[in-house]
Amino acid sequence: MSLDLIKRQYRTLATISGPLIFVDRMTRGSLGEMCVVDLPEGEQRTGQILQLMGERAVIQVLEGTSGIDSDESSVLPTGETARVGVSMDLFGRVLNGFGEPIDGLPPIVPDEYKDINGLPMNPAAREKPDFFVQTGISAIDGLNTLVRGQKLPIFSGAGLPAKELALQIVRQARVAEAEEFAVILGAMGITSRESFFFRRSLEEAGALERTIAFINQVNDPTIERLFTPRIALTVAEYLAFERGFHVMVVLTDMTSYCESLREIGSAREEIPGRRSYPGYMYTDLATLYERAGRLKGGKGSVTLMPILTMPDDDITHPIPDLTGYITEGQIVLSRALHRKGIYPPIDVLPCLSRLMNLGIGKGKTRDGHRTIADQLYSAYARGIDVRRLVTIVGEEGLSDLDRRYLAFSDDFERRFVGQGWEDRSIDDTLDLGLELLKAVPEREAVARRR
Amino acid sequence: MKETRGKIYGVAGPTVMVKGMTGAIMNTVCLVGRHGLLGEIIRIKDDMATLQVYEDTVGISVGEDVISYGDPLSETLGPGLLAGLFDGIQRPLDKIRVAAGGFLTRGVKVEALDIDRIWDFTPVRKKGDTVSPGDILGTIEETERITHRVMVPPGLGGVIKEIKSGKVSGAEYICMLEKGQFIELYQEWPVRRPRPFKAKLPPEEPFITGQRVFDTLLPVAEGGTAIVPGGFGTGKTVVEQTIAKFSRSDIVVYVGCGERGNEMSEILSDFPKLKDPTSGLPLSLRTVIVVNTSNMPVAAREASIFTGITIAEYFRDMGYSVAMLADSISRWAEALREISSRLEEMPGEEGFPPYLATQLGMFYERSGKVMCLGSEERTGSVTVISAVSPPGGDFSEPVTQASLRFAGTLWALDPDLAYRRHFPAVNWLASFSLFQAELDDWFGREVAEDMVRLRNRLYSLLQRQTELKDIIQIIGVEALQESDRLTLEAANLATEAFLKQSAFSEIDAFNTYEKQYWMLKAIFAYLESAGEALERGVFIETILESPVKWKLARMKDEPNEGFSTKARALIGEVVSEFSMLEEK
Ligand SMILES: Nc1ncnc2c1ncn2[C@@H]1O[C@H](COP(=O)(O)OP(=O)(O)O)[C@@H](O)[C@H]1O
Ligand SMILES: [Mg+2]
Repeated sequence: MSLDLIKRQYRTLATISGPLIFVDRMTRGSLGEMCVVDLPEGEQRTGQILQLMGERAVIQVLEGTSGIDSDESSVLPTGETARVGVSMDLFGRVLNGFGEPIDGLPPIVPDEYKDINGLPMNPAAREKPDFFVQTGISAIDGLNTLVRGQKLPIFSGAGLPAKELALQIVRQARVAEAEEFAVILGAMGITSRESFFFRRSLEEAGALERTIAFINQVNDPTIERLFTPRIALTVAEYLAFERGFHVMVVLTDMTSYCESLREIGSAREEIPGRRSYPGYMYTDLATLYERAGRLKGGKGSVTLMPILTMPDDDITHPIPDLTGYITEGQIVLSRALHRKGIYPPIDVLPCLSRLMNLGIGKGKTRDGHRTIADQLYSAYARGIDVRRLVTIVGEEGLSDLDRRYLAFSDDFERRFVGQGWEDRSIDDTLDLGLELLKAVPEREAVARRR
Repeated sequence: MKETRGKIYGVAGPTVMVKGMTGAIMNTVCLVGRHGLLGEIIRIKDDMATLQVYEDTVGISVGEDVISYGDPLSETLGPGLLAGLFDGIQRPLDKIRVAAGGFLTRGVKVEALDIDRIWDFTPVRKKGDTVSPGDILGTIEETERITHRVMVPPGLGGVIKEIKSGKVSGAEYICMLEKGQFIELYQEWPVRRPRPFKAKLPPEEPFITGQRVFDTLLPVAEGGTAIVPGGFGTGKTVVEQTIAKFSRSDIVVYVGCGERGNEMSEILSDFPKLKDPTSGLPLSLRTVIVVNTSNMPVAAREASIFTGITIAEYFRDMGYSVAMLADSISRWAEALREISSRLEEMPGEEGFPPYLATQLGMFYERSGKVMCLGSEERTGSVTVISAVSPPGGDFSEPVTQASLRFAGTLWALDPDLAYRRHFPAVNWLASFSLFQAELDDWFGREVAEDMVRLRNRLYSLLQRQTELKDIIQIIGVEALQESDRLTLEAANLATEAFLKQSAFSEIDAFNTYEKQYWMLKAIFAYLESAGEALERGVFIETILESPVKWKLARMKDEPNEGFSTKARALIGEVVSEFSMLEEK
């Protein structure tokens, strides 16, 4: 028997700090390897090696370190990296953030196990995403079009209806999409109320049998949150690239994820970056977000919609900032619109879909789509300028033209953005846009151009 | 070559510590662990060497073997680079795809350039000639677009004993010198060492981008550096890609450093179809792409910009003008920071290592227009245009500030302009070009004698626009003087019709200097004629409503060819239109 096969248990826990344990003279074990941590009372927990230095290993314990001692607790490396079992039987199931069923149904027999970190897609193998997804939301379809294989986050604020919007998108996109449509929910640190809301909404949408939910709740271990999106994405990649599904992955709330990352960072006594989040957070988030995409020669796609809460509604906070730097645009919710009773409260000005141009135009949405979008943008931006002006100089200082823009921006918010729960076709969206533009010279300019 | 062997002592993120490495050399490469991953020594302390590893370190254990052969991190230079796609350490991604499929697995070994590919070599030297470094031995039609000039590598020279002709491959030598040295088709060059040249030359010509706001207002000289800082979504990548497509350079080296995979897939699928503006041939034939996306190993991201600029210098040395586009230099700096923090180095500002600015300088200083090495007189240039991604869009952060020290041109992108879809979202008042004075001669000579004057007028007009907008904020537009309302109208016209330029419209995407000049002429003709009408006593409302404005706003839809004729006619129309307006 080769030495490698001798399982060795280490009882050399030197330090326990936050979610980490430091184990001495650990001669076996490799970076990223999973370990079984045995507690005195017979309980078993899961650990992962984060760092090796000489014979000292730094291990994060998923379930937390409370109850672990340095005398009797022991660590056993398993020889495996973190993996998740994938199977078509996952459809309709609810699992915890670590991929274990929590719906009371029998365990799943996986077809195979996959490393949850995945591998970077070779840039040479990426297929350019250019297939329009109709979400039925005007502010998205008309102005910030989503395409298959895109990563488009929702930037929300505490108390804003981001989850409602995400579910509306999932429900409506499901109607417009082909049969091989799957939804994967990766929830990190959500409340039981939110968890219930998700389940019920998906059920109502008749999407449950197409859905796989990985749910880590607020009272679940925080370290588990670092695994949840990776597991969700691994299953998504499997369905998309091996089974040909168009998978929509909703990850919520990325803010909880980033907080767990920060917790590990400070337990490791790392030099913190901006606002004490780890300096490698950009890279870490990229290893999640970049898993969206399409593969050349493949049938399926992974479309990713992460939801995050901007602390203090601040878009320059590292979590939205780094996300926006990685994702292909962002949908930004506004408290001001929400207060006005506008749903969805999408502030279109800071919104962006970087892949929009690939998904619109003749044969996809409609010829002239770009022009309509550009004009709505510039007219609305001008209307907002006027609105700002009014607060200073009053309505009297306005020219006639200014007044028209002011009226346009109100209409635009109420009718175009504030569509409520309606599922609007792209044609209706663009027609409405054209109708609204009649009120301002932007429209005049196009008419003259023709 | 010197061989050193050690054993892994520690692994943390992309760094590995190795014991028993006495005698190891700084910045040389090693093979790490049982997968033979590539790493580079970045610190030596006693017998402990610290390596940055260019592949994922997951699965590495303490005690695994490490070997160093004492070679610096080098890349292979030679025919076959063009139209190529490489990762941060010059692994050919398309060949890796063939070998390993859609995802990047570790430890795949593929040569950067195809050693067996046969090239047609036409020698320009013969037996008995004496050659020195940089001399051109012969040429290869690397692509239909670019002739590859095969040069004597730095450090070699002498009398030619044998030189090949016709079919050659990378596996053999193409020239033997009398001293018995061989010159091969492919040269190795350490990526962190600048390639030598005879002399640096001062900037005297603009690097032509075809973008009005850059070429007219904020030019960068050929061989200069421009930086493009801006928050996310302000248009950095589109600027880089537009320049890659339309700039009048011979060669484009595009480095996607720590950015998105889908952006690269766009370039990869578009460039073979798009036409190079000068030759009409596919763009890919003049382009080399180096890409290390944000989710690829961070150490290879750090190396990617050096890999890119070495390729750029290599083509410069042949006498070409090269555009080196880096998107984004901030991701490089962050890679440096990630590695530095694993070394537990004393951090500087924002956690970046204190040597950030020095390293950044080493990169930017490799730009320039030079007198190339070699006995034939020739010049070549590397113009560096790099995107900067400041956290929170705040330019006071270290990477933007350090880059500013080396940049000749600043194209500052502004989220406010981007939000209203004014692209390129360049804040013209916050930006600068230090090359302006140096290029004025060229403008006067090559564009038009009054081009510099027009540009200065445009500057003043935009300056005035800002002042007037501030005033409106206080008193409202109706309270402005009539002449100011006209100035504002002309400024808005200049902003809309001239500064705003769509990268996605076929006609608008690239403008010649001639077209830019005539557009300015027309805009100022509007201001003058309307001003005269106002003085004559025409109502300001009548003037502002004149429909000729819409025609001016549409100038951008006219092609470059024949634009001056159309512009002259339009100016005539403007003049007569305003002269016909009736007084109050
Ligand atoms: N010159 C331009 N013309 C038209 N649209 C542009 C232009 N520049 C940027 N955009 C728009 O802005 C979006 C974001 O630009 P991008 O270059 O990706 O931003 P960044 O790299 O700064 O994050 C693009 O997807 C495109 O819609
Ligand atoms: Mg970009």
